[in-house]
Amino acid sequence: MSSAIPTKSAMREALVARHGEALQSRLESSSVAVCGLGGLGSNIAIALARAGVGRLLLFDFDRVDISNLNRQQYLVGQLGMAKTEAMRENLSEIAPYCQVTAMQVRLDEGNIPELLGGVPIIVEAFDKAEAKAMLVNTVLERLPEAWLVSGNGMAGLGSANLIRTRRVGRRLLLCGDGVSDLEEGAGLVSARVLACAAHEAMAVIRIIAGEIQSSS
Amino acid sequence: MVTINGEQIPADGRTIADYLAGNGLGEGRVAVEVNGEIVPRAKYVETAFCDGDSVEIVRFVGGG
Repeated sequence: MSSAIPTKSAMREALVARHGEALQSRLESSSVAVCGLGGLGSNIAIALARAGVGRLLLFDFDRVDISNLNRQQYLVGQLGMAKTEAMRENLSEIAPYCQVTAMQVRLDEGNIPELLGGVPIIVEAFDKAEAKAMLVNTVLERLPEAWLVSGNGMAGLGSANLIRTRRVGRRLLLCGDGVSDLEEGAGLVSARVLACAAHEAMAVIRIIAGEIQSSS
Repeated sequence: MVTINGEQIPADGRTIADYLAGNGLGEGRVAVEVNGEIVPRAKYVETAFCDGDSVEIVRFVGGG
């Protein structure tokens, strides 16, 4: 195994060859907050880091558990580790020049304005319905300048074709099927959660690329 | 008439709180936008639908 990592300019050159200088400039000067590092967040963070997003702010209070491995981007050697630390580790080997700030904290109405204030793009990647509602309401009320991408409804074995992205209001992009609730028998399957995570990551990249405009 | 999630219903003078309760939607699991603006949860009980309002109610479910 090689211990030498590519230089920053080598990695940048490889990305430019993929998607061009204009998009690379936008991506590397972007900051995105990912709230939750579970099935959605761990996949979203990796997708954004690989795409070349310059700065990621990651938030999760939890530790890697064996029940996470069916869909979350952690390794068996990371069981018991704080998710923030495990993600930092993984991202350092995936996109070493992505600036990663990871905070092991539980986000709530009290700390969201301070911790997410000024971040242009915020991703909701929680697992509990109440936490999702709390984050979306708090960001829309208190941080009206930020774009917000949320994931809602991805449980079960329904077709991945039912995972969609739609715009709600001025700055909320909602991904998922909107209905499939986690319950006994309808669990979370890697590929379907990944499909929703991909929609969220793609919504972020499209915002950065200027494909989605803010409406007045 | 009020448009709620694309469906037209009579305004009826109902408040957001009334509507949520009447449709089995928990206040802690939704986000409500009226005419493109988010309505804070504390205002559900005092905000009534007006004729011509366009309302989006997002119901959050578990899983992620």
